Amino acid sequence: MKSIELSAENISKSYSGKIIFKNFSINLKSGDSVSILGRNGSGKSTLIKLLTGLIASNKGKVILKVNGSTVPQNLWYSQIGLISPYLNLYDELTGIENLEFFCSLRNNSRDDMKEKIDFYLNKVSLFDKRNEPLKNYSSGMKQKLKLIFAIINEPGILYMDEPRSNLDAEGIDIICQTAEEQKKNGILIVATNDTDDIQLCEKSINIEDYK
Amino acid sequence: MLLKNSFLVFKKDLSSELRTRYVINSLLMFVLVTISIIKFALGDEKVDNEILTGLLWIAIFFTSVSGLSRTFVKEEEKETSTALKLSTGTDSVIIGKLFFNLILTFALNLLILILFILITEYQIKNLSGFLVVIVLGNLGLVSASTIIAAIISKANSKGTLYPVLSFPILLPLLITVINATKLASLGVETDKLFGEIQILVSYFVVVTVTSLMLFKFIWED
Amino acid sequence: MNKFITYLIFIIISAVIILGLALPIPDIPALGDKARVLYFHVPMSWISVLAFFMSMWYSIRYLKTRDINYDIKSFSSAQLGFLFCILATATGSLWAKFSWGSFWNWDPRQTSIFILLLIYGAYFALRSAIESEDQRAKLSSVYAIIAAVTVPFFVFIMPRIVESLHPDPIINTQGKINMDSSMLTIFISSLVGFTMFYLWMLNLKIRIEKLIYKKLSLIE
Repeated sequence: MKSIELSAENISKSYSGKIIFKNFSINLKSGDSVSILGRNGSGKSTLIKLLTGLIASNKGKVILKVNGSTVPQNLWYSQIGLISPYLNLYDELTGIENLEFFCSLRNNSRDDMKEKIDFYLNKVSLFDKRNEPLKNYSSGMKQKLKLIFAIINEPGILYMDEPRSNLDAEGIDIICQTAEEQKKNGILIVATNDTDDIQLCEKSINIEDYK
Repeated sequence: MLLKNSFLVFKKDLSSELRTRYVINSLLMFVLVTISIIKFALGDEKVDNEILTGLLWIAIFFTSVSGLSRTFVKEEEKETSTALKLSTGTDSVIIGKLFFNLILTFALNLLILILFILITEYQIKNLSGFLVVIVLGNLGLVSASTIIAAIISKANSKGTLYPVLSFPILLPLLITVINATKLASLGVETDKLFGEIQILVSYFVVVTVTSLMLFKFIWED
Repeated sequence: MNKFITYLIFIIISAVIILGLALPIPDIPALGDKARVLYFHVPMSWISVLAFFMSMWYSIRYLKTRDINYDIKSFSSAQLGFLFCILATATGSLWAKFSWGSFWNWDPRQTSIFILLLIYGAYFALRSAIESEDQRAKLSSVYAIIAAVTVPFFVFIMPRIVESLHPDPIINTQGKINMDSSMLTIFISSLVGFTMFYLWMLNLKIRIEKLIYKKLSLIE
């Protein structure tokens, strides 16, 4: 079992001279879970993007360690799962094509991949729709597929940004299951303004404290 | 790994293009319109190769600057780039997209050439030299246009900006390739075109290597 | 110290202007008194190229360090380069009118400076199309570097296409300097003076830009 560590030291981000947050620090290791709270537009998504390495901070450093050795930033992606409103899958490809494309990029063997994809599609009950292009999916179905995209490679760190959006009761149930699952082996970070989501995590941080 | 992922990105772009036909359809129309304008402008006039070669490359240049940006612009507009960023390294993205644009450009150029020769009675005396020059010219054209496409996909007013940014970068290539195409069409031997071919090859190599080095800065948010 | 340099630049440039127009110059075939333009035209062209490569250098520094100050330097240098590029084009055109008969005739040298103008123009167009400072700095840096690697191709291409009528820059084909000592002195002082002038203006420009950035609290 790999152990994973994520630490951020005094990171700050500003856009066009406006401070989004400053001096944010955090230290997480496998098994930890934290929820990030804040109003809409308070910078939760920016913080998530920073922690995933999608954008660079103005100040401070984010460090990702696997089994004690630091991972260079250009390889972070292999440790990360992300579900968020600004991440979309390809509309013109079918559900199964999307998943196969992203799985093969991550170097899965063919049989392995087929099995995993079928398993997850069944789990979120999208199996019947697997050969339809995403543009025919409802937004809730898309959200479920995005969830599969985030967890299919068993990421060390799972980021969930507004995970409940557009989901029905069954979908929300799956989110909760996934969160429990993730906490066993890895790190879970949830950005939300929904109070129910806070219960998914042990700790909670309010981004307004870092203004 | 790198090649496999580049190929996967290329395959993804190709199949999504074949499904939506977004670029292909508008580019086919663009080619038809351009060639018709050339035909109407020339009328029945017998024009010599110097001018025809220029017209041919005008058609090629504007076709590529109206279509090649799509592959990057689409990833940004549909917000799919994040998923791609979280799935593979930067090099395979740029190489995959380069390949896609290359195939697209070759296909379109074949069409442009056939239509162009049909309507203008363009004579090519040294066909093998002509093809070598066209292919090398396209390599450089695609390489430069692809990295510029990546830049403008992050900017506003993408459509107008694309030719503005590409033209100064492409000018050394265009001057050389137009000259070489003209010479080949007039029947100059291929080994006499060696100087031009050298410039075209080195342009392609230099721009591609620079693109591979700089793309990671463009690709991150 | 700063004041001293300011006065020095003022004195050199004034001297170059006065002496360049007043002192007799040796008889150069086909150029005559028109050769005086080289006191101004050559330094302008030199600075527009120098500023371009300085801008590229700062772009590389920016991408390496992500320090917005380098972007300010790169941008400031490009702005000055653009100004000098226009001046070089104007002085060159004026001279071309009286030597070649028209302001513009696509001589390889004119084409080259035209391309430099286009690159500067494209660089500013790109900058104005991006709102976020970090993105703007990053993408325009990348563009400046790509433009800079393609510029040297003109050195190889231009002579192949058309023969230039442009007088050899400083040294003629035999490798000899065909200026007499007084002309050479004025020319070299002009080159030094204008280069110092450019650096002085660059320094000012960077300070102004930094003040603007500070006011918008983009830097500390």
